[in-house]
Amino acid sequence: MFAFLARRLLQALIVMFVISLISFSIQDNLGDPLRELVGQSVSEAQRQELRDELGLNDPFLVQYGRFLKGAVQGDLGQSYFFKEPALEVILAKLPATLELVFGATLLIIVVSIPAGVYAAIRPHSFLTKMIMGWSILGISIPVFLTAIFGIYLFSIELGWLPSYGRGELVHVWGSWESGYLSWDGFLHLIMPCFALASIMLPLFIRLIRSEMVETLSTEYVKFAKAKGLKKTRIYFLHALKNTMLPVVTVGGVQIGTMVAYTILTETVFQWPGMGFLFLEAVNRVDTPLIVAYLIVVGAIFVVVNTLVDLIYGLINPTVRLAGGDK
Amino acid sequence: MTLLCVENLRIEFPSRHGIAVSVNDVSFELARGEILGLVGESGAGKSTIGNAIINLLSAPGRIAGGSVVLDGEPIQTLQGEAMRQIRGRRIGFIFQDPMTSLNPLLTIGTQLMETVVATRGASKEEAEARALELLEAVGIPEPKLRLNQYPHQFSGGMRQRVVIAIALAGDPELIIADEPTTALDVSIQNQVLELIRKLCKERDVGCILITHDMGVIANTTDRVAVLYQGELMECGPTMDVLERPQHDYTRSLISAVPRSDVKVHRFPQVEYIEKAEELRIDVKNHWLGQKESFGEVDHGKLLEVKDVDLRFVTKRAFRERDRRYVQAIDNVSFHVKEGETFGLVGESGSGKSTTARVIAGLYRPDGGQVYFAGKEISGMSARERRPLNRQIQMIFQNPYSSLNARMTVANIIAEPIRFHQLASSEAEVRQIVNDLLDHVGLGKAMGVRYPHEFSGGQRQRISIARALATRPRFLICDEPTSALDVSVQAQILNLLKDLQEELGLTMLFISHDLPVIRQMCDRIAVMKQGAIVEINDSASLFTNPENEYTRNLIEVMPHLDHLSREGLELESVA
Repeated sequence: MFAFLARRLLQALIVMFVISLISFSIQDNLGDPLRELVGQSVSEAQRQELRDELGLNDPFLVQYGRFLKGAVQGDLGQSYFFKEPALEVILAKLPATLELVFGATLLIIVVSIPAGVYAAIRPHSFLTKMIMGWSILGISIPVFLTAIFGIYLFSIELGWLPSYGRGELVHVWGSWESGYLSWDGFLHLIMPCFALASIMLPLFIRLIRSEMVETLSTEYVKFAKAKGLKKTRIYFLHALKNTMLPVVTVGGVQIGTMVAYTILTETVFQWPGMGFLFLEAVNRVDTPLIVAYLIVVGAIFVVVNTLVDLIYGLINPTVRLAGGDK
Repeated sequence: MTLLCVENLRIEFPSRHGIAVSVNDVSFELARGEILGLVGESGAGKSTIGNAIINLLSAPGRIAGGSVVLDGEPIQTLQGEAMRQIRGRRIGFIFQDPMTSLNPLLTIGTQLMETVVATRGASKEEAEARALELLEAVGIPEPKLRLNQYPHQFSGGMRQRVVIAIALAGDPELIIADEPTTALDVSIQNQVLELIRKLCKERDVGCILITHDMGVIANTTDRVAVLYQGELMECGPTMDVLERPQHDYTRSLISAVPRSDVKVHRFPQVEYIEKAEELRIDVKNHWLGQKESFGEVDHGKLLEVKDVDLRFVTKRAFRERDRRYVQAIDNVSFHVKEGETFGLVGESGSGKSTTARVIAGLYRPDGGQVYFAGKEISGMSARERRPLNRQIQMIFQNPYSSLNARMTVANIIAEPIRFHQLASSEAEVRQIVNDLLDHVGLGKAMGVRYPHEFSGGQRQRISIARALATRPRFLICDEPTSALDVSVQAQILNLLKDLQEELGLTMLFISHDLPVIRQMCDRIAVMKQGAIVEINDSASLFTNPENEYTRNLIEVMPHLDHLSREGLELESVA
C-alpha cells in the first residue's frame, strides 16, 4: 500500500514536471503579456524596463529554473492580472468547478447504470432502442450546442431555470462556498451539470451495456441461474458487480477529463470556476495563471486515478495493490 | 423407481440457414441413487441435453419434441418462475470449469448462502449453519474460515467441491454434472468423482454425469448412454456396454482409448467417424526426408538437460528479503537419446511445460545448462541460437491459440521455411507446403484457407506441418492432444508415430495423460512440483514404479484395463 502510494506520488511529480515544461515552452507563442498589463500610454522604454523587471527577457532555462525553484516551495508565480499568487487564484475557483464536476458525475452514475443494465437485459425492447438511439445522438452533439439549446428552452422560453452564474451560495469552509445547500444555488447547478454530463453519459451507457452483455454470458451467471436464484439478484449482484470493474477504470479517466471539459460549459453558463478563469487567462496572456491551471488539473487527474485504483482494489478481491499478503 | 424419464427428446437450433437438430430422439431413464453416464465426443449433444432439462439452453435453442418427466411431472415446458422452483431445489447442476462457474467477486459463503436462502427460504443464521454443514460434507477443511474467502483463494479441486456443495444446497433429487472433472488433475479428479458417487449413494440422489472420458464412465457410473451426433447409440449397464458394446460406434470409441497396460504399434482409429485420408507422399525421396548430416553426437545423447533451475517472481519488492519466488523447475537433469521419444509426465504446475520452454529457448534458466548435440544452448544469444532453432521445433497444446488467425494455412507453414531460407525459390516453398499438407492428411487444397475454418484435430495437423517445415531433428510436443477428442487424438498420435519412423525424429513428449505417454514414449520422467521424481523406461515405470508418487499417479488414473476386451481386436507389440 505504501509502495503503491509512493509510486503514485513519483508519477504525479513526473506528470506535473512535463506539464510545466510544455506550458512554459509555449508561453512565448501566446502573445505579449505587456499588452494586457499596461496601458497604451506606456512608452517602449518603460515596457522594456518592465520586461526586465518581470524577467521576461531572460533566457528560457533561467526563467524555467526560477519557476521550478518557486514551484517546489508551493509558489507557482504571480498572476499578472490579479496581482496575486496564481495558485491562490486558481484554488479559490476550484470549489465551483469541483461542484459542477461532482453534480455531472452523480448524474452520470444515476442515469447510466440503470439505462445500461436495462439495455443489456432487454436487448430487444422498444425502450432499449430508444436509449441506444439517443446515446448515438448524444455523443455526436457538441456540449456547447446542448448548453445553448438548454438555455433557450428552460431559461428563455419556459423561464424555469437561471441561465448564468452560481446563484446564492452558502459558505462551508475556507474558500469553499457551496451551491448545493440553497434552493437558488441548486437551480443554478441543474443545467450546467446536465450539459457537462451530456458528453460522457452516452459513452457510459454504451460501455455499461456492452460489459453487462458480456458478463451475462459468463459461466457463473449461468451457474447462478442453475442455482435457482431470483433474476434480480443475478442481475444486480452477480452481473452488475463484475460489470462495474472495467467501468470504474474508464470512469476515473473520464472524470479527470471532465475537469478539463468544464472550460466549455463554464464559458456558456458564465460559471465562475477554473475553466472560465483559464479562458480569461488565455485572453489576457496571464502566463503564470495558465501554467498554474495546467498543473492543478494534472494533479487532479493523478489524484482521481489513484482513488479509482484504490476503489478497484476494494471491489476486486483478486487485486492486491503492491504489498499485503495473499 | 424412476426419478427422471427423458423420452424422444429433440432439440433444435433454428438459424438463418435452416434448423440444426442437435439432439434427436433421445430417450433414457434414471432411478434414485443411480449414476447415469452420458458419454460422447464433442458435438454429440450431451451438454445440450443437460442444459435442456433445466431450460438453460442458449438462445435460440429449443426443445422441439419429446418429454422430460421429473418424478411423474413433465417439466419440459416450464418457464420463468416455475422453472426457477425446479432449479437448485429439485435439480442441482455442476459445471465443467470450477474456475469460471464461481463469481470471482463474491465470497464462497455469500454464494453458498444465497443458494440456501433461494432454495429453502432459510433465514440468514440457518443458511450459515447449512453452508458450514455442506462445506464439511464435501470435505473442505476449516469451513468457518473458508466461508469468508474468495474463489481465487481456492485450488481447482477445492473450488469444484464448493460447486458441488452449492449444487447440494437445496437438497435436490437429481444432480446433473457436466464434465465435472475435465479441468482437474487426475488425482483430484479421482477424489471429486469419489465424492459425487458417495453423496449420491448416501442421499439417494440421481445423477447424470456428462463426460467424454471413457475411464471416468467405467469407474463411476452405474449405467451409460452413448451419444453420437445427437443420437443415442446405445444405453445400458456400464459394464455391459463397455465389455460387450453392441454398436459399431461404441466399439470403435472404446478401442480408441489409449491403454496403459500394453504398448500397441498403432492406435486403433475410430473408423466409424471418418475415413482418415491417406494421401501420403514418398518421404524417402522427398525434400523432407533428405537427411542432412548434422554430425554424430556423443554417446547418442542429442539433448542433455543438466541441473536446470528456474524460478518466477511472485512478489516484487525493493528489498531482496521481501521478494517471493516460485521454483518452477528445481534442479532438473535428464537426457534424450537420438531417435527416441522421451516422455515428461506430471500434474498441472509440475513444471513440464516450463521445462519444454527452457529447451526451446523461450525461457532462460536461472541455473544449469541445456546441451543440444554437444553444444551448450542455454547461454547462447538469440542470434547464435538461430541455426539451432531450426533443428528444434515445438507443437503446442492449444491448436486454437497457437495459429495466427490472420494468416492462411499455406503462409503459416511456409513462414519457417522462408525465415530460415531453406528453399531456393518461392515455387519450391509452395511445392514443399503442398506436399506437407498432403502428408499430414489435410490435402493441398486447404492451403488457401484460414485456421478458423478447421476443427481442433485439423488445426493440430497444421501445427505439425509447421513444425516439420524446417526439417527439424528434435520435436517438442507439449500436450499435443489434450484439447482433442479421443478419436482425433488417435489419428494425431498415429501421425506423429509415423512421422517419427519415416524421418527419424527425436521427440520430447509432454502429457498429463499416462496412457498416452505409455503409448508414445520409450523412456519417461515423472515430474512433481518442478522436480523429477523418477526416470525409467516406459514398460518398467508402469509395471513396477519405484517412486511412491508415481505409484499413486498410476493408481488414480481412470482406466479401462480391468475390462475384458473380447471382441476388440488389438494389435499388440510383443
